[in-house]
Amino acid sequence: MATATDHAHVIFDDVHMAFGQRAVLCGLTCEFPRGKISVILGGSGSGKTTVLRLIGGLVHPQRGRIVVAGDDISQLSELQMYRVRAKLGMMFQGGALLDSLTIFDNLAFPLREHARLREVEIAAAVHQELAEVGLAGVENLLPGQLSGGMIKRAALARAIVMKPEILLCDEPFSGLDPISVKRIEALLHRINRQLHITMLISSHHIPSTMRMADEVVLLLPNGATTGTPVELQQHRDPHIAGFFNEDVGESIEGPEVEVPGERTTHRWVES
Amino acid sequence: MIALVQDLGWMVISFINHLGKLTVFAAQVGRALITPPARPRAFVQELFNLGVLSLVIICVCGLAVGMVLGLQGYNTLVRFGAANSLGAVVGLSLIRELGPVLTALLATGRAGSATAAEIGTMVATEQLDGLRMMSINPIHLVVMPKTLAMIAVMPLLSALFIVFGLAGGYFVGVVLMGVDGGTYVSSLQNAVDYYDDVAGSLLKALVFGVLVGLIATYRGYTCAPTSAGVSSATTSTVVVASVSVLIFDYFITALWGV
Repeated sequence: MATATDHAHVIFDDVHMAFGQRAVLCGLTCEFPRGKISVILGGSGSGKTTVLRLIGGLVHPQRGRIVVAGDDISQLSELQMYRVRAKLGMMFQGGALLDSLTIFDNLAFPLREHARLREVEIAAAVHQELAEVGLAGVENLLPGQLSGGMIKRAALARAIVMKPEILLCDEPFSGLDPISVKRIEALLHRINRQLHITMLISSHHIPSTMRMADEVVLLLPNGATTGTPVELQQHRDPHIAGFFNEDVGESIEGPEVEVPGERTTHRWVES
Repeated sequence: MIALVQDLGWMVISFINHLGKLTVFAAQVGRALITPPARPRAFVQELFNLGVLSLVIICVCGLAVGMVLGLQGYNTLVRFGAANSLGAVVGLSLIRELGPVLTALLATGRAGSATAAEIGTMVATEQLDGLRMMSINPIHLVVMPKTLAMIAVMPLLSALFIVFGLAGGYFVGVVLMGVDGGTYVSSLQNAVDYYDDVAGSLLKALVFGVLVGLIATYRGYTCAPTSAGVSSATTSTVVVASVSVLIFDYFITALWGV
């Protein structure tokens, strides 16, 4: 049985979860270390997103215990969850930005609701976060006017604007081209290292996982296996090692691109 | 035969289940109403979306219904030599029955379906979950202003429908059929009682506003997070709200005499 330690920021203890007749998690027991990047891997339908939604209290387990930043949230009501969610930020797969608001208002929204700040201070915070994710200048655009990669970055900016302790990222690399993948990767990595936010990322993008994960939780039909990316890649079980057979890129900082007219290659830097 | 009974049983259970959930949902909306912060900007925005954007359809339909009533009423009354009562017939029909009922049906088709589709899309695109993750109650932010706005605009739209209906009846009766204008108006004035007819009509519209507002937001809020789910929520909003309005209309009329 898992026990709460200072090291673990999120703990799953024998968690069972089913949607109707379909069991998704059967006795999941694992821990996510504080301040580290943990990537949740698994096949389609293995419950990666469900793990994040359970942590956010958007769904509740049928059985088991989930401890988030010291709070057992398994039995908390929606109202009680609001207190816990103040420690959480979530980047949804599709962004989940409010499509009737501009990007500026999307980011300003949680600040206006929860922080006692003047509008000038809110504007400064929003501009800073947008600059942080390389989206300066898109403040007045609607989410529908942005590309997929930009929406992901705007969603990331909104998720961290309230300075959460734990950041949940649902498939941050899905549907993106390799350049955008590396861009998001670099962003997440930098945010983790600078702000010491505990990051839980659901993904099935193996190259990114190998480059950025401190720890990997591989969801299997009968539970989960935990370890560093290298440990799991060299695992004796061929099913587990088989997840890591894809080619892995070199760096987390971004791809090297050729600039027309110049001989040298430049490492891509966020705008 | 057994399958038929099973289906019937399942439908009854499903109906009761939805009724229970709708009641809980209504209680949550009611609680959101008295929980700070107030959301005047969202409310005004919804007044515009649900009310102002429905004005044209309400005015046009009101005028058309009034003209039909005027024409049918005149053709019927003239057989009995009672064409002078045209104002009373048009007025009472519109104020007591057609105004609130047809307004509610039109508002269901235009604003109710739009409300369900909008909230349903927010469910499908995880926008409501996004709000929850920001510790913002979506019922407070999204549902409550829409429901409240629907309740507020329904009596106003109904009143507008009635006014345009009366004008349509006047146009057909007086301008086209030659009924005396003064007679039309005085017949209307003498027949209509403020408390029994006008206040009752507005009360009816208010009840319909509660019904349409709650059903539309509930259907959107509880829809499956898929495009088919949004489509189904929109369709069922129109069907359920329309049938509910007609059923409630009967009971309000039978019990309160409005």
